[in-house]
Amino acid sequence: MSIAPIRRTVTVKAPPQRAFERFTQQMAKWWPPSHHVGGEPFHEIVLEPRAEGRWFERDQQGREAQWGKVIAWEPPLSGKHGRVLLAWQLDASFKFDTDFVTELELTFALDGTGTRVTLEHRNLERYGDRAAELREKLDGGWPGIVEAYAAFTDFEGAR
Amino acid sequence: MRCAIFEQLARKPSPVGELSARLPVTRSAVSQHLRVLKEAGLVTDTAEGTRRIYRLDPRGIGAVRDWLDKHWSTALDAFAAYSDAQDEDK
Repeated sequence: MSIAPIRRTVTVKAPPQRAFERFTQQMAKWWPPSHHVGGEPFHEIVLEPRAEGRWFERDQQGREAQWGKVIAWEPPLSGKHGRVLLAWQLDASFKFDTDFVTELELTFALDGTGTRVTLEHRNLERYGDRAAELREKLDGGWPGIVEAYAAFTDFEGAR
Repeated sequence: MRCAIFEQLARKPSPVGELSARLPVTRSAVSQHLRVLKEAGLVTDTAEGTRRIYRLDPRGIGAVRDWLDKHWSTALDAFAAYSDAQDEDK
C-alpha cells in the first residue's frame, strides 16, 4: 500500500539563510506549543546542526523527548538554495522509535527577495507497515492511531 | 486467530470461505472474528457478486496522514508568521 507524501509550501520575506536559521535553530519560537511529545510542554526544541544530529524537545526541568535526527544538513551557503533532510521517528501513537523512520525534507529556495519553503513528509506507508507488524498486539496497535487522531480532531475543534 | 486473519488479509483480500480454508477454524468462527475486526475499523468489506470480499481498511493510515497534513499546515503557517514578524521589527 502506498500513501501519497504530504507537500506544503509557504513563502517568507526573509532570504534563505535567515529563513533556514529561524526554521532550524529557533523552532521553539514558532512550533505550535500544544504539539509536544513529552509529558510537559517544551521549553526548547533542539535540532543539532549537522548530519546525524539529534532532534528533540526539552522541558523546563531539562527532560528530553526525542523526535528524530538529521539525515542531511545543507544550509543555503550560496544564498539561493538550502535543504535539511530529517528523520521523523514518532510512530502513530507519538512515541519515539529508533527503528521507525519517515523522511521529512525541507528546502529553502530564493524567491524574489524572500524564500519559498517547501516541506515534504514521505514514507507514510510505513505507518501502515508498522500497524501490520503490531498484529501480535493487535488490540493496542492500530486502534491507537484512531485514538490519537480523535484526540487531535478534538483539539482542533476546541480552538 | 484474529491476528492470523489480519495477516491473511494483509497479504490478499479474501472472502470468508477462502480464509477458513487457509486457517484451522470454522467458517462461522472466521465470520465472527471478521465482525470484530470490522467494528474496530481494521477491516472493511465489499460485495462481489454473491460473495463479500474482506480487506484491510486503509482509513487507519489515512487518519495518520490527515493528522500530519493538518499539523504541517499549522506549523508552516506559524513559522511564516514568526519569520515575517521578525523582519517587520527591523
